[in-house]
Amino acid sequence: MAGPSGTTLALDGDGLETVIAAVRQRGYTVIAPTVRDGAVAYEPITSAAALPRGVGDEQGPARYRLRERDDDALFGFAAAPSSWKRYLYPPATTLWRARRDEHGTLLFDESAAAVPRYAFLGVRACELAAILVHDRVFAGAAHPDPTYAARRRELFIIAVHCGSPSGVCFCTSMGTGPRAREGFDLGITELLDTATPRYIVEAGSPAGLELLESLAASPATVQDLEAAQAVTDVATEHMGRHLETGGLPEMLQRNLEHPQWDDVAARCLSCGNCTMACPTCFCSDDVEAQAPDGETSARVREWASCFSHDFSYIHGGTVRETVRSRYRQWMTHKLGTWWEQFGTSGCVGCGRCIAWCPVGIDITEEAAAIRASDGRGRGSA
Amino acid sequence: MQPKLAVWKFSSCDGCQLTLLDCEDELLEVAGQVEIAYFLEASRAVVAGPYDLSIVEGSITTADDVERIREVRRMSRHVVSIGACATAGGIQALRNFADVREFTSVVYAHPEYIHTLDRSTPPSAHIDIDFELHGCPIDKGQLLEVITAFLHGRRPQIASHSVCVECKRRGTVCVMVSKGIPCLGPVTHAGCGAICPAFNRGCYGCFGPADTTNIPAFVGALSAAGMSDFDLVRVFRTFNAEAPAFREASMAAEAAEDRR
Repeated sequence: MAGPSGTTLALDGDGLETVIAAVRQRGYTVIAPTVRDGAVAYEPITSAAALPRGVGDEQGPARYRLRERDDDALFGFAAAPSSWKRYLYPPATTLWRARRDEHGTLLFDESAAAVPRYAFLGVRACELAAILVHDRVFAGAAHPDPTYAARRRELFIIAVHCGSPSGVCFCTSMGTGPRAREGFDLGITELLDTATPRYIVEAGSPAGLELLESLAASPATVQDLEAAQAVTDVATEHMGRHLETGGLPEMLQRNLEHPQWDDVAARCLSCGNCTMACPTCFCSDDVEAQAPDGETSARVREWASCFSHDFSYIHGGTVRETVRSRYRQWMTHKLGTWWEQFGTSGCVGCGRCIAWCPVGIDITEEAAAIRASDGRGRGSA
Repeated sequence: MQPKLAVWKFSSCDGCQLTLLDCEDELLEVAGQVEIAYFLEASRAVVAGPYDLSIVEGSITTADDVERIREVRRMSRHVVSIGACATAGGIQALRNFADVREFTSVVYAHPEYIHTLDRSTPPSAHIDIDFELHGCPIDKGQLLEVITAFLHGRRPQIASHSVCVECKRRGTVCVMVSKGIPCLGPVTHAGCGAICPAFNRGCYGCFGPADTTNIPAFVGALSAAGMSDFDLVRVFRTFNAEAPAFREASMAAEAAEDRR
C-alpha cells in the first residue's frame, strides 16, 4: 500500500460516485455488484446507487443467502454467484463464420465483434487472482486467445480489498487475499468506522494514478491507512475454510487410488455446477451452427464442463466414464497439475465450488480427507 | 432428388409435431431442403415411402402401434424419435406403475371398448432408433439441428449435460442454493435453455435424465431439504417417469414410503 501521499485518497460515498463518473468519462462500461434475484450479481451500472447498500451474505456448503447488515456498507459481502469470467471469457462466443460462394469455395470470416471496454468495480483479491490465472491460460501462451486478450487489454480493474469473507472462503490458504497486491488499477478499502462508509483509494497502475490525480479529494491520513490495513487483517481471521497447501500437488499425485475418490463419487451429482461457478475453470466445447441448406455455418465456443459424459468423448467412446474419474481429474488438475501446466494453482480460494454445489461437496474437506490418510491411495491412475 | 421426410404420430399430445410447425421461418428453410412426404399434422397430401428421415412422436401403447412402428422402421433409412413420449413413454407411462385396467375402469363409461397395452413404451423398446431427441416438448432449435445434421450426414450436436450448465451459462442464480427451492436441474438433461429456474421455479425434469445422474445422492439432498417420500415419487413421475434413472428414483422413494 502506498504511503500517506497524494496518491492515496480518502473519499466518502459521494467521492466514490465521482470515481465511477471519472471511469465512465474515460469510455468504460462499469460492471459492479448489484442485487438481482436475491443474490449479488456483477452487472453494468451507471451510479453508486446501484451498489448493494447494507447487504451482506451468508455462504456455506450448498447454501447462499443475502442478509441485511447493520451498516451502510456497499461491499459488505463475499464472492457473488457468477464470477467476472462471464465478461472476459463469455459463455458463448462466435469464433468465425463460413459460407460457400457460387463456385463452391469456402470463405471464412474471422472478424471479431467490437471489443467492449469494461471497468470492473469491486473485484476481490481472490477474483483478481483468478483473472491473473486466466491471463496465463489465455493470454500468456504462444497462441493467445484473441477474444480474451482483446477484452483484457481494455480492462480497468478497481479492486476492493475484502473485509467480509464468507463461510466458504479460504483465500488466505491460497495466498491470494484478502488484500489484493497486484494487477489492479485502483484499490479500494471500505472503512465502516464512521456513520457513513469511507473509501481509501490507492493507485496500482499508471492508468489508475492518472485517474486518481484527476479527483479533487483529500489524501488519506496515516490513521486511514492503518484502519484500511486493519480491515483485511480482521478478514484474515475470519476465513470459513482452510486448505493445507504444503506439497499438495505431490500429495494428490501419490494418492490417485485413494478410497476418498470413491467416497466423493458417491456424493457427486456430476452436474458441473462447480466448474461453471469456478472463476478459473475454462473448458469449452466448439459447436457448429449450420444453416439447414449447409451453405453457411458459424463456429461457436461454449462453456463446457469436465463433469459431462460427452466432455471426454473421442472416437470410440468416453475416456472418463465414471464420476470418480471425473471428480479426480477436476480436483487433481485444479490443485495439482495446474502448476505444471500454468505455473500456478488453479484454485484461488473463493469457495464458489463449495457454495454452489447442490450437495455441498467441499474441496477443502476432500483434500484434507486424503491427506489424513496419505498413502492409502498409492498407485497410478 | 430431395430427401423425403416423414413425421409420424403415436400416443402423444402432438406438441412436439407442433414444435416443427412452430419453426416458421426456419421451417421454410427446411422445406426447401426436403420433400415433406408424410406429415398429417401439416398436410393431408401423402407421398408413399420409403423415406430418408422419419421423425416419430409418441409412445407405443396399443398392439396396432407395435405393428405400425415396425412398418415405419421398414420404410425409413433413419428414424429419429422426438419428445418424452417417444424417448421415455411419456406421461401415459404412469400406467407402468399401476394397473391400466383399473385406470380405464375409472375414466371410461365403457372400458370394454378400450384395447390398450399394459405398458407405455418408447419406440426404442421395439425398433432400432438412430437418434433420440428429448424434451416435453422438444426445443425447436434442437429439432432443426437434428434435421440439419441428418440432411448433411453428420452426428447431431445435442449436449447431454445437466440443466445446471444452462443455468450457469445464462447467469441464473441457482434456486436450490439461494432459495431452497427443490429443482431437478442437477439430474435433468439440458435442452430447454433452463427456462423454469430463470422464473424462480425449480426444474420439472421435462427433458428427462442427464447423461450422468447420481439419484441416491440427489434424492438424499432433496430429502434433507424437506421433501417427503410422497413428493419425491411425484416429482419423478411426470413426463419421463419411465426413463430408467427417474424410474429408479421414484421406485426408491416409493419403497421408502412403504417402509414408513
